[in-house]
Amino acid sequence: MAQFAALLRKDSQPVRYLVVDDSVFARKNIIKMVQMFGGEIAGEAGDGLTAIAEFNRTKPDIVLMDITMPQMEGIEAVERIVRQHPDARIVMVSSVGYQENILAALQKGAKHFVQKPVKPEVLYEILRYVLSDDPAAVGAPVAFAGEHRS
Amino acid sequence: MRMDLIQPFINAADAVFAESLQGPTKIGDLSMGEGAYRRKGIAALIAIKGDIEGRIILDLAPEVARKVAAILTGIESADDQVTRETVCELANMVIGNSVTLLNDQGYTFKVFPPEVHTSDQGLAGSIDTEAMVLAIETSCGEIFLNIAMHHLARRRRERNAVPVLR
Repeated sequence: MAQFAALLRKDSQPVRYLVVDDSVFARKNIIKMVQMFGGEIAGEAGDGLTAIAEFNRTKPDIVLMDITMPQMEGIEAVERIVRQHPDARIVMVSSVGYQENILAALQKGAKHFVQKPVKPEVLYEILRYVLSDDPAAVGAPVAFAGEHRS
Repeated sequence: MRMDLIQPFINAADAVFAESLQGPTKIGDLSMGEGAYRRKGIAALIAIKGDIEGRIILDLAPEVARKVAAILTGIESADDQVTRETVCELANMVIGNSVTLLNDQGYTFKVFPPEVHTSDQGLAGSIDTEAMVLAIETSCGEIFLNIAMHHLARRRRERNAVPVLR
């Protein structure tokens, strides 16, 4: 099992995540990964509308947002959240990884994109990059699965 | 059905199963035609709309679905709800990755969220709809993809090629 150094906030507190996906299974999978990175779950949502409400309620450090969801899709939710909170850090997590979708999400204010199935080491690096706009955010991989580090 | 449309589904399914189930995969039987397909067990249906429109069913025998759910969730004996959820998410990943590859070829789509498919009958082909069934052997057992699609972009081109009669 890969081990990861905790990703922390500037105040050394755990990073708080809002996980948005209409699949309970996918949410649990992502939650397992961010907990492995030392994160805390601020909230969960199964569609874009609930995601907006949960964002306003919990003020998470990072949102992990699916695209294809009922009621309101992820890209529209990103637009609405960023309109109200320009500093929101949102990472899209979707199996549909074509350029049009990625560009639309980035144009609406998402910070990054990761395609499903999500590899923990890929998500970790993306979160580290997204958190890097916070200069005091810390964390580095100790070792990836099957990789030797001296 | 054209090979350039089939290949992305095969490649995506192969890659997603190998990555998710952490084991070898092998492309098994591929059949096309208008005969109705019968559901094997727990199935998820995803609709796509765009240059190609249709529905795709990912179908697993109950014992295969339970093995897949155990690997993906880490729960030794997953209940029916968890197993159905897992099959839906697996379908979502396969179809999402397939349409990403098709998009690289210039096709654009909208993908709809997966739903549990409960009908015993699968998707048959017709004059308008090309259908195929693809079996992929995985470490958990065979996983079936039943794909039925209208190729709208081609039909548009065909319509445009017909001279207008006065």
